[in-house]
Amino acid sequence: MNMRKQTMKGLAVGLVAVFALAACGGSDTASDTTAAAVDTTPAAPTGLACEVTDTGGVDDKGFNQIAYEGLLQAADSLGVTTEVLESVSDADYAPNLQSFVDKGCNIIITVGFLLADATKTFAEANPTVQFAIVDSNTSAANVQGLTFATDQPSFLAGYMAAATTQTGIVGTFGGINIPPVSIFMQGFAKGVEYYNAQKGTSVKVLGWDMAKQDGTFAGNFNSLDDGRNIAKSQSDEGADIIFPVAGPVGLGSAAFAMESGGKVKIIGVDVDMSVSNATQAEVYVASVLKKIDAAVLAAVGSALNGEGGGTDYLGTLENGGVGVAITSTITPELQAELDAVTAGIIDGSIVSK
Amino acid sequence: MKIVVTLRKIAERIARTSSFRLTLLAVLSAMVVGAFIIVLSDINKLQNGDILGAIKTVGSAYWALVIGSVGSLRAISATINSATPLILCGVSVAVAFKAGLFNIGATGQMLAGGMAALWVGFAMDGPGFVQVPLAVLAGALGGAAYGAIPGILKARTGAHEVITTIMLNNMAGFLVLWLLKTNLYQREDRTDPISKLVTAPGHLPRLFGFMDNRPDLIAHAGFVVAILAVIVYSWFLNRSTTGFEFRAFGMNADAAQYAGMHTKRLTVMAMMFAGGFAGLAGSAEVLGTYGYASQNFAGNIGYDAIAIALLGRSTPLGTLFAALLFGALQAGGRQMQANTDVPIDLIVVLRALIVMFIAAPLLIKAIWRIKVEPTSLGQAFRGQGS
Repeated sequence: MNMRKQTMKGLAVGLVAVFALAACGGSDTASDTTAAAVDTTPAAPTGLACEVTDTGGVDDKGFNQIAYEGLLQAADSLGVTTEVLESVSDADYAPNLQSFVDKGCNIIITVGFLLADATKTFAEANPTVQFAIVDSNTSAANVQGLTFATDQPSFLAGYMAAATTQTGIVGTFGGINIPPVSIFMQGFAKGVEYYNAQKGTSVKVLGWDMAKQDGTFAGNFNSLDDGRNIAKSQSDEGADIIFPVAGPVGLGSAAFAMESGGKVKIIGVDVDMSVSNATQAEVYVASVLKKIDAAVLAAVGSALNGEGGGTDYLGTLENGGVGVAITSTITPELQAELDAVTAGIIDGSIVSK
Repeated sequence: MKIVVTLRKIAERIARTSSFRLTLLAVLSAMVVGAFIIVLSDINKLQNGDILGAIKTVGSAYWALVIGSVGSLRAISATINSATPLILCGVSVAVAFKAGLFNIGATGQMLAGGMAALWVGFAMDGPGFVQVPLAVLAGALGGAAYGAIPGILKARTGAHEVITTIMLNNMAGFLVLWLLKTNLYQREDRTDPISKLVTAPGHLPRLFGFMDNRPDLIAHAGFVVAILAVIVYSWFLNRSTTGFEFRAFGMNADAAQYAGMHTKRLTVMAMMFAGGFAGLAGSAEVLGTYGYASQNFAGNIGYDAIAIALLGRSTPLGTLFAALLFGALQAGGRQMQANTDVPIDLIVVLRALIVMFIAAPLLIKAIWRIKVEPTSLGQAFRGQGS
């Protein structure tokens, strides 16, 4: 039923055993509060890294899952113990953070701006605990914001799409018009615009209007049907490369691209989708990478050293926190141009948003 | 209208069965099935033949459920906090049930009420004894106004409330998303859809606020509102003329009309009452639990409320206890997830199993080899379009 939890089994066995004993122990422990029950666990390990997901859960094939993978990497490479609590509704954020504070976590990672308020409250109330929050800025002296300049790799993806389109039209769409989503679309459109300026072409972008800062949005992050329909309508308007920035919605677009028989190609988002969505790998010409796992790993590392709070981690092309995975054959000339654009973004001569 | 027929059949079946013992056995049966699911979810232990270990996992999971829901003051507070919107939305669905209407729209009414309460919450800055009641009232009115829409549509055009309320839920969701991006609602320093904060005097006071250094006791005065709502519902249903008309209308619409009741007016009123209670739930969440609104502050509460009203047979006390049970499962589920490796999804399964067993008294009868006596509560659910 729940494969992901299996990986935690070994780590949690001690804890489970303690509670199993408590369960069998009868009345002497029955009246104890939770906090007291937690106190009966063996001495805390050298590092306890904890994560609270938003309502997506750790198997959302999106940022909750990637953040969790970062946590597992931290367990492997830093030897910390890890725990994760999933939130079913917004009402779970505070209680989940409370139970991690009670457990004595060294660092608590919260995933998504929805947890920003709760994270701030608990960080201020517990100054000795380190916090890190994905996709939000720092809000207290012991909070590290983990943010990503995803406009940079999206710019590269836009440039590449403009260079390889057959129809002269490319498309993009988002889940909901919020900054962590629209920044991808803006970067993508900027990349196309830059290509047009360089080459004197007029490749058109469907689904994002840079002047209005608005465009095509599915209105959710879960309807594959929406992804299929939006991809179909953009394809009908002539787009042959589409960049969905909407989590699982984009899987519907990929399914449509599969049926189109090569007429439509997709650019993946967040992770290398030719790997994560391997059965439809052939439709992905590239993926824009937002390496949340690397950021989480870095945050756990710095928290164990007692640093990192009050500042933001910003993933960029320069520090490898974001990137592009090209999963189709491109000409050496285009590769050279992309390398030049990358250098331009890093040294600031090209503005990607 | 298959969904309506099915819902009505479930409701009728539940209404006919002897209540208390059946409910207990249904909960027990759900726990037994849940235990098998826990064991299956821990397939490693099974493969290793570690039967004892698997049993221990079940024990620790259920123990955590108890500890996390009633095992400490914090747990009780968490249960109360989770139950508060469930009680109010449960009453919302129940009052509509009594009038023979299916209110699937508690979610939308909750969102509408919450946004109205929120506006009073951040636009005013005290004094609290004026602002809080005003904000709560705004929530009730907002929810009632939103509930009136399907009522009027039904009374005027015959559009079925199941369809319209579901559609109105979607519309409310997008309306909230849009509002949260407007200057009126969006917090000044934020770019994501999140509302301004309710001013300090506008918060519903915390129930355990008199205790020092216990910010973890999150239950708030919304629970008092919920209890009052149950009392009002009980009085309304059993003591007021309109309540009598609701029940008559729910039992037999044609007879009610023949007796000279204004059935169209009753339809609109029932949906407005339902919306008002759900709006109170929205204001309790916004003014008490969160202090702001995000896109999805209604969560699944409006849908859970349908199960709660069914489980509680739409009676005031039944709805109250069903909501407390669901609240306890929610609070205990968090503890279970924190203490053991059992995924929190189990709680959703348990709730569904309870409702399923309640709806299948013959199954319970067969499993436990008892006689479940059909009692006539005199309550039938009026059909529409069937």
